[in-house]
Amino acid sequence: MLVERDILDKVLSGALAGGGDFAEIFVEEQGSTSAVLDDGRVEELSTGSRRGAGIRVVSGDATGYAHTADLSEKSLLEAARTASAIAKGMSGSSAPREVAISHMDTVNPSTVLIDPDSVSKPRKIELLQRADDAARSGRSAISQVSAAYGESKRKILVASSDGHESQDEQIRTRLSVSCIALGDGGMQTGYETIARTVGFEVFDSMSVEEIAAKAADRAVKKLSARPAPSGQMVAVLASGSGGVLFHEACGHGLEADHIDKDASVYVGRLGETVASPLITLVDDGTLGGEWGSYGIDDEGNLPARNVLIENGVLADYMWDVLRARKKARSSSGNGRRQSYRHLPMVRMTNTFILPGKDDPDEIVAQTPHGIYVAQLGGGQVNITTGDFVFGMTEAYMIENGRITEPLRDANLIGNGPDILTKIDAVASDFAVFPGTCGKDGQSVPVGCGQPTLRITGVTIGGTAQ
Amino acid sequence: MSKVLNKDIVKMACCIAEQALPGEQIEAYISRSTTLDIRAFDGEVEHLVSAASDGVGIRVISGHRQGFAYCGYLDDEAIKKTLSEARDNVSFANEDIHASMAYPDEVEATQMELLDPAIAATAVSEKTRLVVELEKETRKSDPRIRQVDSADYSDVTGEAAICNSNGVQAYSEGSYCDISVSVIAGEGSDSQTGTGFSVARKFALLDPKTAMNDAVTRAVRLLGAGKPAGRECSVVLDPRVTATLISVVASALSGEYVTKGRSFLAGRVGEKIMSSGLSLVDDPTDSRALSADLYDEEGLASRRNELVRDGVLMGFVYDSTSASRAGVQSTASAVRAGYSSGPVAACRALLLSSGDSHTLEDVVANVGDGLYVQSVTGVHSGVNPISGDFSVGVEGIMIRGGALAEPVREATIASTLQKMLLSITHVANDIQWLPGNAAGQTIAISEMVLSGN
Repeated sequence: MLVERDILDKVLSGALAGGGDFAEIFVEEQGSTSAVLDDGRVEELSTGSRRGAGIRVVSGDATGYAHTADLSEKSLLEAARTASAIAKGMSGSSAPREVAISHMDTVNPSTVLIDPDSVSKPRKIELLQRADDAARSGRSAISQVSAAYGESKRKILVASSDGHESQDEQIRTRLSVSCIALGDGGMQTGYETIARTVGFEVFDSMSVEEIAAKAADRAVKKLSARPAPSGQMVAVLASGSGGVLFHEACGHGLEADHIDKDASVYVGRLGETVASPLITLVDDGTLGGEWGSYGIDDEGNLPARNVLIENGVLADYMWDVLRARKKARSSSGNGRRQSYRHLPMVRMTNTFILPGKDDPDEIVAQTPHGIYVAQLGGGQVNITTGDFVFGMTEAYMIENGRITEPLRDANLIGNGPDILTKIDAVASDFAVFPGTCGKDGQSVPVGCGQPTLRITGVTIGGTAQ
Repeated sequence: MSKVLNKDIVKMACCIAEQALPGEQIEAYISRSTTLDIRAFDGEVEHLVSAASDGVGIRVISGHRQGFAYCGYLDDEAIKKTLSEARDNVSFANEDIHASMAYPDEVEATQMELLDPAIAATAVSEKTRLVVELEKETRKSDPRIRQVDSADYSDVTGEAAICNSNGVQAYSEGSYCDISVSVIAGEGSDSQTGTGFSVARKFALLDPKTAMNDAVTRAVRLLGAGKPAGRECSVVLDPRVTATLISVVASALSGEYVTKGRSFLAGRVGEKIMSSGLSLVDDPTDSRALSADLYDEEGLASRRNELVRDGVLMGFVYDSTSASRAGVQSTASAVRAGYSSGPVAACRALLLSSGDSHTLEDVVANVGDGLYVQSVTGVHSGVNPISGDFSVGVEGIMIRGGALAEPVREATIASTLQKMLLSITHVANDIQWLPGNAAGQTIAISEMVLSGN
């Protein structure tokens, strides 16, 4: 128990002592361990912990927020008074009221098999050494390897003036490998990661050696890469990391906070065709073990499988408590925050395109000329214009229906609403890829996924003319 | 507020460092800060966040092995546990004869006034009024402004102490505040966005009008933007874009990258890496820089480091560990990402300069034909500071006949960092001190590839 029930009642009542429509306390305790191998050595093992609580008072359209790293009753009540004083200074305050928590939900989403706390430090370190060995083995061009292991255990408690209290424990484990290959033309890089909302059993699904080999092969292949082309071309995106395209091209634009402010290209378009009929876009925070999954969101609501675009038609946006209250509907379980020091906002969980019917190899075979993007890095979008970029970190030319020469790194640029109508083939394969999503200064873990698919035209930002 | 800035944290940090046993080195870093964030929307406060945070990071080196632990709260028991964790973590690292902490040196800290008491002394209601007014004024400023997404005021006041068992003791405090506004301009079915800000160490120097005008100008001048035809051309970079570019180059100048074979500049000291006449200096003792600080984050007094002179690479920046690896002295360039991680070598306050005194108009007129780049996207996804490959999304205005012409969007510019540094043809004198580790100014680069239609 992070904070006792009677204290929660007092804090929430204190938060509404000066009036206000809604009050909430978010308590968080997080422990993490990370280790880095670089230059052939385990450089450092680092462990740390944080804890604290944030108290929010909503009054009309205004929110007051105060937080403390001290979970004593005295300190929590002081934070509640601060939040209350902030809210009191704003318009629309209603009468003070007492709060008593009446409901309790405890949810433990991730079916963690091996708690990382139960695994010895040497076993975690050993993973890194194995990654270093595997990346260098048989590849003389690999000049540098860095590998990072990380785990975090996050306990959260959310209680609100709605009388509801929820708790969750989120365990995440990850390993990433970055390699540099050195050739006549300079250095090239390769990266691969595994990251899931599970415990140490994550390494049963993919071995450290496999991850390291993928990263190393990527770097080595790029040594012979030619500069990426420039101009518009057909692009085939391999399943998995290509999902970042949809995260950027339409995901952010479907977050209700942007809709509420009339700032998204998707405002007022519910029920309209916004994409190729081959496209069904889903955001699903319930997917077992995926990087963006959780048992409750950071406002205490259950995540859900939310269909955003169905067969090309815009079906719904994503919602947090604040935006849902304004529309008198319920939250879709998308209220997230980086830590107790941050206000929650609408965020994606695992966002992906459902598989279609085409054969992935056939899609390539039926593409006379274009590029094949095997791995995408991050991306960025302007939600108002819909223009977005995403970076390719492993890509090839497609010539006469065959994957040929590797290409150097470059960004692709497109316009979300335009690109979504230009998808003419969706394969039956599927993969989800972990990532970190940044918005308004806050980072949260997310998943992106899609089947292999083809875009009939996107602008490639390379240098070859 | 004044409670936050007592110097107890120096005593706390030293008390941790003093516990070093024979053959052991201990370094304690303690930081404390208070922040205020106010967002205005539609004439009202949308949210107000009042926050304080503190924490400790402890590094231990023993038998050439290093361990680290941190804690996000500062009670005696937590500190004790953190030290014991850091010590325990030591045994799991590999031996590295270069793992180092700073030793006191003869460099004295440059005295600078980095804390503005007016920030803490100004009432929250006054700060609120400032940002609500900015939001209202911006809505009225131009009939094409369709929406003011957000107007934000924020300030940070913080202090940090570093002590280690080699005798290093450092304390510094600082503050800054900023005000920003994001707008959507529209005409017909076209919408474009712009963000403007004003950031200063002193509250009195905040200028909401600059933020407003900048946001509105940026959004309005992009109205009607189309996708340009692809070709090779010169580009003129807005000061904010230049600062972004220089920060990417900064990682190739870090001793950490250089000594581990991750820098395209490794082994090139004495060679020409930039256009003639250009210099690049990293100077955190320049109090105009928002990142100026009395000490680096291992506790050595900050100093001026000349990295490029007349286009020739002079050296790199180092913390204690990377300096040992390179066989040189630390340049007092240790930087941390807060209390939860150890120090790493990085540039802190870069400024590019040439002897010229061009204005933006001169640069555009001299370039004659090309693209003025107002903003870039995808820097983290399309720029590889190791290989040097550079590709970013751009919004901007074409330059024709020496003047700004039609706006463009949904295009990219690409080259390599190696080539770009050698192709800087103009540097204007419009220096802007921006958040981050590099100042911005207008520059021109020849021969980049513009990709569009």
